[in-house]
Amino acid sequence: MVLLLQYTLLFASVLILVALGGCFSEHSGVINLGLEGIMVIGALGGALTLKYIDPSTPKALILLAVLAASIVCGVLYSVLLAVACINLKADQTLVGTALNMLAAAAATVIVKSINMAENPDNVSSTVQYMATKKALVKNIGSFQFNWFMLVALIMLILAYIILYKTRFGLRLMACGEHPQAADSVGINVYKMRWAGVLISGMLAGIGGIVYITAGVSEWKFEVGVAGFGFLALAVMIFGQWKPINIGLAALLFGFFRALSNVYSGFDFLAALNIPGSVYNMMPYIISLIVLAFTSSNSRAPKAEGIPYDKGSR
Amino acid sequence: MNNKEKQSFLSKPAVQSTLAALLCIVIGLLVGYVALLIINPKGATEAIITILKNYFTYPSPKAAMKYLGNTLVKAAPLLMCALSIQFCYQAGLFNIGAAGQYVAGAGAALYCALALNLPWPICLIAAFVAGGVFGIIVGLLKSYLNVNEVISGIMLNWIGLYSVNMLLSGVKETASPYTVQLASTNPGALLPSLGMEKLFSNNKYVTIAIPLAVIIAIVLKVILSKTVFGYEIRATGIAKDAARYSGMKEKKNVIITLFIGGALAGLGAAFLFLSGYEQWSVTQSSVPSMGFNGIAATFLGGLDPIGTIFASYFIQHITSGGSYLDKNVYPSQISDFISAIIIYLCGFVLFFKLHLNSYLRARNEREKQKPIAKANKEEGGKN
Repeated sequence: MVLLLQYTLLFASVLILVALGGCFSEHSGVINLGLEGIMVIGALGGALTLKYIDPSTPKALILLAVLAASIVCGVLYSVLLAVACINLKADQTLVGTALNMLAAAAATVIVKSINMAENPDNVSSTVQYMATKKALVKNIGSFQFNWFMLVALIMLILAYIILYKTRFGLRLMACGEHPQAADSVGINVYKMRWAGVLISGMLAGIGGIVYITAGVSEWKFEVGVAGFGFLALAVMIFGQWKPINIGLAALLFGFFRALSNVYSGFDFLAALNIPGSVYNMMPYIISLIVLAFTSSNSRAPKAEGIPYDKGSR
Repeated sequence: MNNKEKQSFLSKPAVQSTLAALLCIVIGLLVGYVALLIINPKGATEAIITILKNYFTYPSPKAAMKYLGNTLVKAAPLLMCALSIQFCYQAGLFNIGAAGQYVAGAGAALYCALALNLPWPICLIAAFVAGGVFGIIVGLLKSYLNVNEVISGIMLNWIGLYSVNMLLSGVKETASPYTVQLASTNPGALLPSLGMEKLFSNNKYVTIAIPLAVIIAIVLKVILSKTVFGYEIRATGIAKDAARYSGMKEKKNVIITLFIGGALAGLGAAFLFLSGYEQWSVTQSSVPSMGFNGIAATFLGGLDPIGTIFASYFIQHITSGGSYLDKNVYPSQISDFISAIIIYLCGFVLFFKLHLNSYLRARNEREKQKPIAKANKEEGGKN
């Protein structure tokens, strides 16, 4: 039971972070389908930091270094999306998809080359971080508290405050609703959209490292992050682009995802003899059902997905 | 005069698409080359040549022919996935679910062939229908419940993967996670080759799938450009509301488009798995990349069925070429990396065309203005 709670909170943290990322980007008017790819690159940055940092470094420092590396990688990678979608007015769906594929390929190539350089016989795409991973968690009884859970909570509160209580947040949302109107009162739409995309890169980058350090102490980068970036988008839609609702939606999805990790630990679930694949499918099926019920009267930002052109009205 | 001809040549859409595609390829290869240089500068030049040469690495023409066959065997399903995405894109739908529809097709074809012992035409139809059903789900969700087709497509990719893994775990080999060999279990389900294997040094995997895929591409081209249905699909893609206003049933069109798209991807999977070239691994935990590479092929092909034929071949060519790299120095995924760069660059194609056109227009204007200005000047001189 404790394990279920622990994994639910962990996966919910991932979903909260990434969905908030999507939320910032979409409120500024850019659909970020590249979240999945940004997660992979953020995860790569964090994982390599964990691999190379000296395990005797103070735990707080390890945590901060990992966080910083993931953020930097995520933000830098999201620049690719921002340039293409905001300045060059490219198709946002296409660029997002390209970024997902590019991230998977690039991460595999990078990890493999590092592994091969160390040992020519090691052609796997796995990064191990057994020793340093302990810095990220703290045992409270049998519950393993992960510091990233706290990070997610802080980000959730911050997102609420920024979006609804600050000038920046309200201006950001104006750019996603009616960019022409925003421009007419002197808001720089391009700048705001850049901000939205870069914030989403930061949050998705953190989400990536949380995902790959959840429960395991090595990660095979060929696998990517198994559609979690898209699950986060489903969470965001279910949460109607509002931070608090996103938090609640993430808990629901996190629960179903956690179930596939720990179902064998429950006697009554194990007795049902349902194949593991069914549990693996669960989050995706739930999200399809949820999307079917919530998409028809969606509160999506009005101008999302449409490149802003100063010359058009 | 000569200048004018050149202008009209450059402003032809087909020429522009080809130019843009070539530009994407060149930049993509350059970036890939830089990546190879970073990994290991010594063999980088040789490595990029290996990728480009693919089967020409073999010295004897006979062996090269055989491995050309292998590349074609995998290019056919890639072309089908690309056509699926391309067809849906015409209706304004981004069918990223092609990967899942491909998986569904593979599951249906292999289940019919291995568990039910059915002959190949039935297996093909099963794959067609299974892929189509996966497409229809996306279509229904999109047109009636306004669900973003990209997100529902991705969800269905994973649902399809796990379902097919479950479905096919009954027909796998006992010692390995792969499904049993088609040739030994049910040879009647193998696609016929009609003697084409002779052309490719007895490569038994070369089947009617390859010409069939090309024919389907041509048929799609005709449907899109010459029929009312094709016109309606393109109209729906360009302006949904205008299409509805002029009496087209845009909801029905969305669903039919996704059915056809899904069926194409499903058929593509059957083209690969019924050739016996590959077996399905029931423990695989990631969606096969075929459907995603299809995105690369379709955009590289300038969103045109005929262009897509060449683009699919090229993408498969470098993907196969990647497997000839020295595995202890370079990861073979460098080909995927190059493909991904190419797709990213394809995002800029529209931008490129826009600027090329406005440049051409501006030049045209200048050319026109010149004689007038000259005439004005002369007139001014007279007064």
